[in-house]
Amino acid sequence: MPIQVLMPALSPTMEKGNLAKWLKKEGETIKSGDVIAEIETDKATMEVEATDEGTLGKILIPEGTADVAVNTPIATILADGESAADLGKASAPAQAAKAAESAPPAEAKAEAPQPKAEKAPAAPPAAVAEPDPEVPAGTEMVTQTIREALRDAMAEEMRRDPDVFIMGEEVAEYQGAYKVTQGLLQEFGARRVIDTPITEHGFAGVGVGAAMSGLKPVVEFMTFNFAMQAIDQIINSAAKTLYMSGGQMGCSIVFRGPNGAAARVAAQHSQDYSAWYSQIPGLKVIAPFSAADYKGLLKAAIRDPNPVIFLENEVLYGHTGEVPKLDDYVIPIGKARIVRSGKDVTLISWSNGMTYALKAADELAKEGIEAEVIDLRTLRPMDTETIVNSVKKTGRAVTVEEGWQQSGVGAEIAARIMEHAFDYLDAPVARVSGKDVPMPYAANLEKLALPSVAEVVAAAKAVSYR
Amino acid sequence: MAAPKKSVAKESVQEKANGSPPEFTKAQELAALRDMLLIRRFEEKAGQLYGMGAIGGFCHLYIGQEAVVVGMQMALKKGDQVITGYRDHGHMLACGMDANGVMAELTGRRGGYSKGKGGSMHMFSMEKNFYGGHGIVGAQVSLGTGLAFANRYRGNDFVSVAYFGDGASNQGQVYESFNMAELWKLPVIYVIENNRYAMGTSVTRSSALTDFSKRGASFNIPGQQVDGMDVRAVKAAGDEAVAWCRAGKGPFILEMQTYRYRGHSMSDPAKYRTREEVEKIRTDQDPIEQVRNRLLAAKVSEQELKAIDAEVREIVNASADFAQRDPEPDPSELWTDVYR
Repeated sequence: MPIQVLMPALSPTMEKGNLAKWLKKEGETIKSGDVIAEIETDKATMEVEATDEGTLGKILIPEGTADVAVNTPIATILADGESAADLGKASAPAQAAKAAESAPPAEAKAEAPQPKAEKAPAAPPAAVAEPDPEVPAGTEMVTQTIREALRDAMAEEMRRDPDVFIMGEEVAEYQGAYKVTQGLLQEFGARRVIDTPITEHGFAGVGVGAAMSGLKPVVEFMTFNFAMQAIDQIINSAAKTLYMSGGQMGCSIVFRGPNGAAARVAAQHSQDYSAWYSQIPGLKVIAPFSAADYKGLLKAAIRDPNPVIFLENEVLYGHTGEVPKLDDYVIPIGKARIVRSGKDVTLISWSNGMTYALKAADELAKEGIEAEVIDLRTLRPMDTETIVNSVKKTGRAVTVEEGWQQSGVGAEIAARIMEHAFDYLDAPVARVSGKDVPMPYAANLEKLALPSVAEVVAAAKAVSYR
Repeated sequence: MAAPKKSVAKESVQEKANGSPPEFTKAQELAALRDMLLIRRFEEKAGQLYGMGAIGGFCHLYIGQEAVVVGMQMALKKGDQVITGYRDHGHMLACGMDANGVMAELTGRRGGYSKGKGGSMHMFSMEKNFYGGHGIVGAQVSLGTGLAFANRYRGNDFVSVAYFGDGASNQGQVYESFNMAELWKLPVIYVIENNRYAMGTSVTRSSALTDFSKRGASFNIPGQQVDGMDVRAVKAAGDEAVAWCRAGKGPFILEMQTYRYRGHSMSDPAKYRTREEVEKIRTDQDPIEQVRNRLLAAKVSEQELKAIDAEVREIVNASADFAQRDPEPDPSELWTDVYR
């Protein structure tokens, strides 16, 4: 029976890709290991290898087809003795072709995960009920992925200020391990878009030194997990020098890159550093959720005269959102945003935590609980006022974070609510967080280790005594 | 090919190192004497103030190593940057920073370079291109490489000088920096002040390769061992390294063979070396006595040298006086300078 070749996935989370090219024609003989086609995503190209022998019977998906879902049959292979007449019988073992990436991202790191760019967001970053006060009414909006919004923010700031440059692993020729810096090398050249060796501690220090002399580096960490190698320079050199110099010498620098859990990359590549950096005076810490905020806040971060930690989320890179088409869209650092208003309970989150919070708000609405959802956007300085005002209205609060609970950002929020709105609380503040374990690899365990919509719903009901 | 060019440079420095270093003019000798004396007397006074409880925390004295920073400074031009670790008082004075401001920082007063918020290990002067004053061993090596990166980025011909010790030479980020500096041909001089002891651990007990000038070998960075007790040898090597960097040839390593007379910090047990070892170097190699003896041999009058002594003592005494009179920072300063 003819064998079907299925659209392969570059990663466990890829859902679709483009069929760029067929390298074999119908009727050609195929040996196991032959490259029969090329597929691509917005981030990478890979070759499809045949895992079976025979003749390429029929091409089911022509080259140039975009958005082919993973596991869609793309061709059939006829075994010896079979002919085109057998094609009708098809549908044999759903054996996916083996994917061999021609250019694996971050190959030096080897284990750098594939982006979720290919993953169509199951639900778009939920409906935003509240208009953004930063955007004038009637502003034209463009739909962009978060990845594109970040790139545009950097490109705009680099055009505006010749002292801004970007350095990091694979930011230039590779176009970014997660393709965030796509096209920057071509526009700005190798002087300002600088590939570093794999040497986080060293290049963080080089960046800080350059900033001390007045340049404005954007230092990309392939992920913040690797920034642990560099954390001494971030904290001891970047964050503390202004104070230690009596205000004489500061450091205008942005450290950015994906933070927190990606998918199926286990404990060493899945840590959320929100709480770590947000504890440090001298640093500003930003962790946005929406595409517009990614753009407007990265521009603000680059202009800020202080060291800024800009925590991105790999899972969100491929998500799209509406970004205001303004010449200079800069969002002030330190302001939370009420993304959805409600009167019954306040849900407070940031970055990918907002995914759970917003979906939970939808669920709660079905049960008649109107949740107010606050996207903190900036963790330091924290917009206590917005939180407290909301809690004064609702009397109940739930924090949602992917990081660990002990000494977490949720713990800090709970303490501030207690300090500033204790008399308004109708229930103790509840925290939904990542579980107190290193991130497991197995799909089911990983899911359990992260917060869930159900947990947020349950917590919101618990504080509402329902 | 970079390698052959480098070996040429290395040989030319070697020749001078093997022979007697180029003579100083009388004016250079006098300037070097004055600057080294200022550091010596300043540090002695700091030691006294520490003993009196006027200076707190850590206090690392530079006594014995004065020729290194004074000779290097003579090879630099205005605009070149200097960065070092925590044994930094000498570097600041050599950069032309005000003794009052340095001493007042040691006593934690508002007139200190960091308004009393940095202390001995953390002082800076944008005006004098002194970038600290860093308390984490080895951090200044990456930072100094970043200063050189900025020079390269801006296309100027300034050179950054990153000082560190034999102890810091074993930190990983030193080698990460070496790699990038050579890869990108950054104008940075790595001055390794080998004073033979990383705190109380001698170089032979801490370093697999004790010829620190070779520490850049695997990155193809040229290096030179220099008699760091002879200010003329330091200046000559500095000239060579500066020329190399200004010409765009990349980084250069100078191992300054020097000696710290005092303990690592004020609470040094002094059990790791003998009194005789210290005395012998003081007697035979003292950087200041070397200059003084040459000047006397050249018929400079005792009178002239005494005038320098007096000028230096006056500066140091005034700084000690200022540093004890100046008020502590206003309590409101607790909250300033966290952000700008």
